[in-house]
Amino acid sequence: MNAPHTALKQREAGFDVERYRADFPILRSRVNGKPLVFLDNAASSQMPQPVLDRWIRYQTTQHANIHRAVHHLSEVATAEYEGARRKIQAFINAPEEREVIFTSGTTDAINLVAHGYGRKFIGPGDEIVLTTLEHHSNIVPWQMVAEEKGARIRVVPINDRGELAIDEYERLLGPRVKLVGLPHVSNALGTINPVREMIAAAHRHGIPVLVDGAQAVPHLPVDVRALDCDFYCFSGHKIYGPTGIGILYGKAALLEKMQPFKGGGDMILSVTFEKTTYNVIPHKFEAGTPPIAAAVTLGAAVDYLSEVGIERAAAHETDLLDCATEQVNRLPGVRIVGTAEHKAAVLSFIVDGVHPHDVGTLLNEEGVAIRTGHHCAQPVMKRYGIPATSRASFALYNTMAEVDALVAGIKKVQKVFR
Amino acid sequence: MSDSKQLYQEVILDHNRKPRNWGALAGATHRAEGHNPLCGDHLSVTLEMQDDAVNAINFQGESCAICKASASMMTTAVKGRSRRDAEELIREFRDMATGQLDVAQPNHLGRLTVFAGVRDLPTRVKCAILPWHTLHAAFNSIATTTTEAEEDPMHAPIGGSA
Repeated sequence: MNAPHTALKQREAGFDVERYRADFPILRSRVNGKPLVFLDNAASSQMPQPVLDRWIRYQTTQHANIHRAVHHLSEVATAEYEGARRKIQAFINAPEEREVIFTSGTTDAINLVAHGYGRKFIGPGDEIVLTTLEHHSNIVPWQMVAEEKGARIRVVPINDRGELAIDEYERLLGPRVKLVGLPHVSNALGTINPVREMIAAAHRHGIPVLVDGAQAVPHLPVDVRALDCDFYCFSGHKIYGPTGIGILYGKAALLEKMQPFKGGGDMILSVTFEKTTYNVIPHKFEAGTPPIAAAVTLGAAVDYLSEVGIERAAAHETDLLDCATEQVNRLPGVRIVGTAEHKAAVLSFIVDGVHPHDVGTLLNEEGVAIRTGHHCAQPVMKRYGIPATSRASFALYNTMAEVDALVAGIKKVQKVFR
Repeated sequence: MSDSKQLYQEVILDHNRKPRNWGALAGATHRAEGHNPLCGDHLSVTLEMQDDAVNAINFQGESCAICKASASMMTTAVKGRSRRDAEELIREFRDMATGQLDVAQPNHLGRLTVFAGVRDLPTRVKCAILPWHTLHAAFNSIATTTTEAEEDPMHAPIGGSA
């Protein structure tokens, strides 16, 4: 192996990936007789034992419904649930805990804003600015609003490397634009977008900005105060937590003037058949019994990631990405899609003459789990004139040996299809 | 040992490399487009029917190896057959791919049984079935079809998330 690879291996030793790997029971699985090489982390990451244990401890010793009864367990559960909210507030540096809303995931969070803000404040002739890099979950809710209200969606293009055209973006901003939606990190290509500058540009026109942070929160320190974003959305299951839980951060002033998304218990102050008075934020947006165990467990996941150190994890993931990029670039007949200068943990690629689904099935044969398809980002695929890519995505527990397994697997695919 | 090694057999790789009856028929009497929106597989089937038999059949499109080989072998299998026999093959192929037909039982599939392994790869079943589904649509003069929703021939789940 050449020098850079060796240097990366040495740096990996400093991170002690094996120590963290040991925390993740599922990584000891075998698939098709081979050790599991899990490289589909951008879709969903795995949960470490301390986080799994937290779920069990909550359910075995702390569970009751929250915000309701006066009995002991209800008070404990409420304290744990609200404690998780404060952990997440600290994790993203939100100014106030009431600005952190539990949702079922990023999709739910975006839909909440589309309904609560979009349907209230976007009208005929207004514009919503999105980017080519958007996941479908940050396209479809806005299309629904646009269709209902007679508004228009404008799209920021990307260059061949998969970077947003910032000049074009700034030209799109104007008095008709009522909201900007941006992905912090592209799920299909891994591009890290200059969201801070883009938010500042929107704010010069008085336009609020929603950031889809689903792919950023696992890999970058996120500070919503420094970003000055108006809304920030992410999912628990991509940051070593459970499915069914996610976060909407929103500035209090905006959340307060939004309409509720779902009606039900807990989001009200009083109800008569004539009139309902809504609860204050965040409860206004948390109708019904929330996924309490999932919220508490997400708090533990955030603790876990903080203990590892998100900057250390990110540096390790960058090493993995650099190593994978370098090795894949050396394979004849394999093309990397998305070559932005700033990328996080995602390697999308195409093997000449082999459909990504065939690549995925044959890699699975080697125990290597990757994602193949359009990654719920069809506009990105269309931009490159391809139906799909193969995507390897990294987490803190992946190793250089797993990168080697991926590369060996790709070579095997090429051999089968030769 | 999974079945994907068995699935990527030489006959399938060969039909993928050199698809038979490729292109569009100029004098087609029946045609349909098939699309799997979840993976982007897309193909068109054109037919020339004469006296209720498949006189000629072509296909073209963009898809994975399983879908392309399935389409190629389908065209060679149904060419010259009556519509009724072809419909029978469509049914048998679909049942084989979804695990409802045991290939040890009497059937008309012949070499098409190389696709039997897809039954163990739920996300790939639709790849193999799409050409047959499209042929069925062409017979019934349905211009476009997909593998999804109410048109889903076997309601098999396939991944489509982040």
